[in-house]
Amino acid sequence: MDRNDIVLRVEDIHKSFGDKEVLRGISFEVRRGETKVFIGPSGTGKSTLLRCINQLTIPDRGSVWLDGEEVTNSGARINYFRQKIGMVFQNYYLFDHLTAFKNVELALLRVRGMSKAEACEKALTELRQVGLEDWADHYPAELSGGQAQRVSIARALAMDPDVILFDEPTSALDPELTREVLEVMKRLAQQGMTMLVVTHEMGFARSVATEILFMENGVVAEQGTPDRLMHDPRFTRMKNFIGQFDSYWGD
Amino acid sequence: MDQAVFIFDILLPALMQGLVITLQLIVFSAPFGLALGIGVATGRQYGGPILSRACKTFVLLIKGTPLLLLLFILYFGLPSIGITLSAFTASVIGFILCNGAYNSEYIRGALISVKDGQMIAAQALGMTRAQAIRNVIMPQALRRAIPGLSNEFIYLIKYSSLAYMITVVELSGAGKNVATKYFIYTETFMVVGIVYLVLVTITTVAVNILEKRVAVPGMSRTSAAQL
Repeated sequence: MDRNDIVLRVEDIHKSFGDKEVLRGISFEVRRGETKVFIGPSGTGKSTLLRCINQLTIPDRGSVWLDGEEVTNSGARINYFRQKIGMVFQNYYLFDHLTAFKNVELALLRVRGMSKAEACEKALTELRQVGLEDWADHYPAELSGGQAQRVSIARALAMDPDVILFDEPTSALDPELTREVLEVMKRLAQQGMTMLVVTHEMGFARSVATEILFMENGVVAEQGTPDRLMHDPRFTRMKNFIGQFDSYWGD
Repeated sequence: MDQAVFIFDILLPALMQGLVITLQLIVFSAPFGLALGIGVATGRQYGGPILSRACKTFVLLIKGTPLLLLLFILYFGLPSIGITLSAFTASVIGFILCNGAYNSEYIRGALISVKDGQMIAAQALGMTRAQAIRNVIMPQALRRAIPGLSNEFIYLIKYSSLAYMITVVELSGAGKNVATKYFIYTETFMVVGIVYLVLVTITTVAVNILEKRVAVPGMSRTSAAQL
């Protein structure tokens, strides 16, 4: 695999809601297999940025490119790109009326047009990947938050995406459930999945991120490898934001 | 005349013929009424401005005028513009329009109650809006609409008697014919009432069974009661 292969390119994304300009020109590139972690104060547009990437929110300006093809202004082809750009939400958004298994299977049948047998096998494989094959027949209401989030990761994985967007995947979970979800994400990163992660989990950012982007007021204020952001004296804002940095980083 | 002879030899055979017509009216109306309700609710909630407005106007017209008036127009009025319907067909069309309009309101309420995240998650997987509505939103909405829809179905059983006003001899009409012929009103209409009561009871039991069968943990009445 070519590690320099750029899979996702985001150029100069702007987005306003009413008078408030939430994103004020964000650009970055993601290479295949990279994990980029976005941190920063609440309300600085991190989630909006992720939603602009798969066009759940339409940016006012700027463009998004996946494997050299433009995602923005792609018309009906957006549904193809959305298969290739998986998304995991803070509140899981599992389909409430379907079992864990059917949650994973649905888009395989309806969007990718797989046969029943093919989709079934694929769905079970993905549930196994997140350690939930025994819970396949349970409904979302019967799952813990951590299990529900792992099902939603399996659902995203099933589409064989080029990149997965994680929008605060552990913010609704207690520390123990957070750990089980982060374990799954860490394993995905090690397996070479390309991931964009909005999170407040600094331990995860430190150990998994290829690069951390610190966002504030709609722009990327600081950006670099975890080590560089920590040790380069020119970077101060993120260190201030994190505050209890040393307890996470150790020294 | 012996009362038992009247009821069993005269009244009930006549009512059974009427009941068959009533059941036919319901069986031909209800499925299309449900389909129309789903269509109108979807159009109103997810359609463009024109479709949405059209659906809203349709519901307003049906809700705002008596069903009897609609039946009169369909049966007595339409021939003047060259459309002649049998009394039975006119009744069925009228019932479908009425049933559909009211159903659409129950379904629309249920559509609104489905959380936004469901649509967002479906679209994030690459589903079109139509696919998301069909596979994710509507199955949830219909489950929640069952109590309202069953109510409307029960209304249909009862307002099917309006077909008699445009000459369809259904259950009530059959009763009326017997009553006026033999001058026995109270007993006749009480028996007619009992037949309706049986129909409605069967419906209620059937709906309860249906509701249990399609119940999903976390979405059903029972689990809400356990909270």
